[in-house]
Amino acid sequence: MSRVHTEPLPPPADPSGSLSRGTAKRDNLKNSAGSKRRFSPRARREGLVFLALVLPNLALIGVFTYLPLLNNLYYSTLNWTLGSSNATVIGLGNYVTFFTSGDAPRVLGTTAVFTLITVGGSMVLGLLIALALNQRIRGTTFARSAVFAPYVLSGVGVGLVWLFIFDPVYGVLAWFLRGFGATSPQWINDPDLALTMVIIVYVWKNLGYCAVVYLAGLQSLPKDIMEASQLDGAGAVRAFWSVKLPLISPTTFFLLITCLLSSLQAFDLIRIMTPLGSGTSTLVYEAYLQAFGAFNRAGYSAAISVILFTILLVATVLQLRFVERKVHYS
Amino acid sequence: MSTTVTRPERALSRRNLAATVVGGYVPLILTTAVVFLPLLWMILSSMKMPNEIVTTDLAVLPAQFSLENYSAAADKVPFGQFFLNSTIVTVTGAAIKVVLALLTAYALVFVRFPFKRLIFVLILVALMVPPQVSILPNYILITGMGGRNTLWGIILPGLGTAFGTFLLRQHFLSLPASLLEAAEIDGAGHWRRLWRIVAPVSVPSIATVALVTIVSEWNEYIWPLIIVDDPRYMTLPVGLTLLRNSEGDAAWGILMAGAVMVIVPVLIIFAALQRYIVAGLTQGSVTG
Repeated sequence: MSRVHTEPLPPPADPSGSLSRGTAKRDNLKNSAGSKRRFSPRARREGLVFLALVLPNLALIGVFTYLPLLNNLYYSTLNWTLGSSNATVIGLGNYVTFFTSGDAPRVLGTTAVFTLITVGGSMVLGLLIALALNQRIRGTTFARSAVFAPYVLSGVGVGLVWLFIFDPVYGVLAWFLRGFGATSPQWINDPDLALTMVIIVYVWKNLGYCAVVYLAGLQSLPKDIMEASQLDGAGAVRAFWSVKLPLISPTTFFLLITCLLSSLQAFDLIRIMTPLGSGTSTLVYEAYLQAFGAFNRAGYSAAISVILFTILLVATVLQLRFVERKVHYS
Repeated sequence: MSTTVTRPERALSRRNLAATVVGGYVPLILTTAVVFLPLLWMILSSMKMPNEIVTTDLAVLPAQFSLENYSAAADKVPFGQFFLNSTIVTVTGAAIKVVLALLTAYALVFVRFPFKRLIFVLILVALMVPPQVSILPNYILITGMGGRNTLWGIILPGLGTAFGTFLLRQHFLSLPASLLEAAEIDGAGHWRRLWRIVAPVSVPSIATVALVTIVSEWNEYIWPLIIVDDPRYMTLPVGLTLLRNSEGDAAWGILMAGAVMVIVPVLIIFAALQRYIVAGLTQGSVTG
């Protein structure tokens, strides 16, 4: 209000004139309209329209995505059986239990093996397939779609199909092995073989994604550089290692992070192929088993989820860093 | 002069032919076979009789194509109900998500508001929060709301859409400003501008969002598995888990029939509209 007096308007000389005060106020309103534009009726209506359009989605995301993160943090400090109304706060007790019992080496070890092999396997095979698809021959479009297809199929359905193939007695694999005079290993009962089996199926299901992304990377390589390397007498192998692979390194890094994130979240195949999780208990699966398996240890499960989320967060931050650097790269 | 040029080329092309077959077609055919043979085996096995499956003497084709496994599956568990539930959850969930994505993306691009940037970042960061982490808190929340063993309990927590909003926003930003200016001069309000101008010119992007959403709703597993244990409200993937638990190992024919029910609809949609689905799912790689 004090701003009124600094403005070069004639001050209200007549203190008793209510009429002149009224005009001064109106003038003031008119003059400051420029600085207060965001409160004009039109802007206000725009704001209301914006909120009406955005709020439903934003509220859903807030309640079912952000709120659970906070709740998980809180639950992870509780000694609490799912379904029970009693819970005692035990601070970091669940985390201490995780890292001092045998659970940490077992679960983190399984997670590391599963993640490293599935990410490495999908990316190497994906790149090889992308190279095969990146040729001027007929049928590449069809093969590209075909190799991508498993990526969009239900993990439960795919897991069942492969369980049948891996069946030690009636499976196709056992039939092939018998043809060579070998007997099928017990894929499900042996923890190490169970993990191997799930890894193979996971790679089968996901390598199409890597192949298609790598193919897009290869096709975006500048033609003149490829021709220059050909003129320099570089063979196909040399051109791959010295020219193509370094040039698609942004794609490689992108895939590394996205595949890492999705491998760390793998659930469907593990649940349907190895329900008991013997040999296949990754962080996600252990968190599920602890809360919804036999034990109903809600607080402990929440602690494992928080550990998982921390790992995912680090990977995501790495990815964002990379995206920033990519801008400078190109 | 022309002969000196064509001769080495012809010799080269013969060598090229061998190289094309070995280096080009063999890997392609091998890859395609590795993808399709397991799926073909699933379909063929689902049509075999039990004695053709519980045998160590395998035949590729069933002696006669039979739908017995399908009716046997429907006898064991309410298969028709699973299929119906999956369809309801997928159609309702995807429809709401696409509309929410459209509204949010339109507002983020075309409506003036002071904190737009912040709101967009809030939505974008949600894209990076894995649903697996929020399973337990959402279970407590939805159970408290009475959503256990209901279809709305399955649908509700997944309705907020970050992926669709992000993808549609990218597309809207690429639309020419003149398109909207003309409508503004004509005095069309936001609602009309959205449905009469922006939506019709964005059909391919909306289709991409819709298809990717439909496929992921159909395949969704961990959440429906946790929030439903009454067969009347199970979706197909959860119902298949029930079938596997109750059947043991000898019932492969029935399980393959179940796998066909959950896989083949998506395979058909993918075959018809794969261009949109692949583009939508690999979006980040193109922009990033």
